[in-house]
Amino acid sequence: MDSILLQILNGLDKGSAYALIALGLTLIFGTLGVVNFAHGALFMIGAFCAVSLQRLLNLSFETIDETQKDFLGNPLKVKTPYVEAWFGPDVGAWIIDWAVPLALLIAIPIMLAVGYIMERGLIKHFYKRPHADQILVTFGLAIVLQEIVKYFFGANPIQTPPPDALNGVANIGAALGMDIVYPVWRIVYFCFATLIIGGIFAFLQFTTFGMVVRAGMADRETVGLLGINIDRRFTIMFGIAAAVAGLAGVMYGPINPPNYHMGMDFLVLSFVVVVVGGMGSLPGAVLAGFLLGILESFASTTWATTTIPGINQIIIYLVAIIVLLTRPRGLMGRKGVMED
Amino acid sequence: MTKSDVTRRGVLKTGAVAGAGVALPTIFTASSAAAYTNEPTGGSVTLGFNVPQTGPYAEEGNDELLAQQLAVEHLNGEGDGGCLNTFTSKALKGNGILGKKVEFVTGDTQTKSDAARASAKSMIEKDGAIMINGGSSSGVAVAVQGLCQEAGVIFMAGLTHANDTTGKDKKANGFRHFFNAYMSGAALAPVLAAEMGKERRAYHLTADYNWGWTQEESIVASTEAMGWETVNTVKTPLASTDFSSYIAPVLNSGADVLVLNHYGGNMVNSLTNAIQFGLLDKVVNNKDFKIVVPLYSELMAAGAGENIKGVLGSMNWNWQLQDEGTKAFVKSFGEKYGKPPSNSAQTCYAQVLLYADACERAGTFNPCGVVEALEGFEFDGLGNGPTLYRADDHQCFKDVLVVRGALNPTNAYDTLEIVEKTPVEQVTYAPDHPMFAGGDLGKCNPGA
Repeated sequence: MDSILLQILNGLDKGSAYALIALGLTLIFGTLGVVNFAHGALFMIGAFCAVSLQRLLNLSFETIDETQKDFLGNPLKVKTPYVEAWFGPDVGAWIIDWAVPLALLIAIPIMLAVGYIMERGLIKHFYKRPHADQILVTFGLAIVLQEIVKYFFGANPIQTPPPDALNGVANIGAALGMDIVYPVWRIVYFCFATLIIGGIFAFLQFTTFGMVVRAGMADRETVGLLGINIDRRFTIMFGIAAAVAGLAGVMYGPINPPNYHMGMDFLVLSFVVVVVGGMGSLPGAVLAGFLLGILESFASTTWATTTIPGINQIIIYLVAIIVLLTRPRGLMGRKGVMED
Repeated sequence: MTKSDVTRRGVLKTGAVAGAGVALPTIFTASSAAAYTNEPTGGSVTLGFNVPQTGPYAEEGNDELLAQQLAVEHLNGEGDGGCLNTFTSKALKGNGILGKKVEFVTGDTQTKSDAARASAKSMIEKDGAIMINGGSSSGVAVAVQGLCQEAGVIFMAGLTHANDTTGKDKKANGFRHFFNAYMSGAALAPVLAAEMGKERRAYHLTADYNWGWTQEESIVASTEAMGWETVNTVKTPLASTDFSSYIAPVLNSGADVLVLNHYGGNMVNSLTNAIQFGLLDKVVNNKDFKIVVPLYSELMAAGAGENIKGVLGSMNWNWQLQDEGTKAFVKSFGEKYGKPPSNSAQTCYAQVLLYADACERAGTFNPCGVVEALEGFEFDGLGNGPTLYRADDHQCFKDVLVVRGALNPTNAYDTLEIVEKTPVEQVTYAPDHPMFAGGDLGKCNPGA
């Protein structure tokens, strides 16, 4: 029982990342009709916002310590971060320790700007082009972005640890008399994802802006005829989708150390999530994200891999095939989307 | 009317003799040029450095390339000479190889076998590379080694740890300086038994490809010989990024040791996940839970950060060794690039010098001469202590390092500490050992 609950938690955790990325993809597809293969790169850029802030906070001045030697036998250059010099060792160390959560603050404007520039600078020119063109150009953009990140940060994974207070494990089964230990940061990530997803739905459901966007998603031309600048609102939605992917990336850093390729690792799976959920369906994307996360987790158990060798590698695609055969529009797909 | 002595038959005879005379030197030259692939004819010789410049091991490939460039400098008499001053063979004089200036071209393996073969082929056919060196993957090494055998050039492997490279896939034109999975097991097992006890239950997570399988096989065999029990061996897809669903079953498996047969990004992620799940804080079977990473590299250790503290593994070489060869190489590399070299950099550097030295001793670039010079060659002064290039399988035999993630690192490069220098006798195996069986070295191929 413990191990089943543990795999459900793992699935929810994986599903959180899938759902957040798929949510952004669906927002862009539902509003602008663009299949954005650069969305994984936005997730990666978000993670590197945390890496950048961590490096910024660790900018140091050097002092020579004659008592210690470096690897060449020269006197050791001891580095002291400026923040520790400015705010004192304790406060400085605390700021550095909380680099990842603090990175959320800088990631929001950065990702909004990246999304805005991407949409205005490149993607808007492809609205009326076939989906194949959109895929090619956004895929190319993703490669360019990841190569830029590799140039500045290298190819190696970079550790972005969580704050000490949120590190370690929690026994979340204690209340039920079970021994289910789970990493605290993964619980934080799940809660964070739920909050963001809830926030996006609330924004679309309960604000005038959201209502106009939903109306635009349903019938763009009619909304335009009412004198509403729907294009501007859709551009803003692109920025919001980019911010969602970026924030997902920031918080994912402590789970797996960011590297320049991490966006591509998630991209294909997230597209499968979108297709399984139903193109253009926001609740479908979230539902499919969590569902596939849980299935992937169970497929990786020893029991599953010994019963059906290789099931862990194909489960998501197998489910996608079954869903598309039985429900061609996906779990919650809308009629008329991606249909001629 | 004048009578001409010129006859048709005479013209033909004269033409044939003249033609033969003119062609004679060309025939000799052609014969000479065709003696072996890419025989250098000018004042320079070209080496091909085939390393991952893009892809997941690009950082490691870059380090290899830096070391290869340094080796070329030293061969050409530039810089401080590095290990030319400590190498026991004194054939190299710092005037290139056989008096020819050493030049190099580079290729990008992308850590993909087909891409690596394509770049090696291009360097051999278009750039005239006479030797291929480098790489950070056993799959790539085996693929490129096969290509070099067919093309008639020497392959001096870089970082390749699978038993198969000098086992079932060994080739006469290929040589491996790096250690292998069997050696890791033979070196690690006694240390593991000494530090963790002989009654341990191990759970293996293994990268699902050639290298992972041979490493798992080697570690399982050597630890079981010490009395350990293997609880489970689970293969993980190479493309995995989140190992949480593989780590979770470990918690309830009854295992008290987790062996991560992973490398590169896989290892960084699986170790990070294992630490997140608090495995090292657990007590199972009344013993502290332990994690082992059989193959370490400095770059991986840097990527894993604090997570590697106290975790045991093995290495081919480490910059903290105190022999003269290591000191000379670390000084050259450190002063030029501002950081200590990784063990993949060291193996590539050593391989370039070993190739050049073999050419000098053989007095030729002919691959068959080089093979003969390297087979059974014993040397020292390159950083690994006394070393033998065994003739039977072209595998280097030398001491192996058992290392531990530094508990109290003093600087950014102080990621690993040396626990033991396992003597070569302990890691030596018979050429027909079952883990290396099935291959045929064959005969050297000079190509052309």
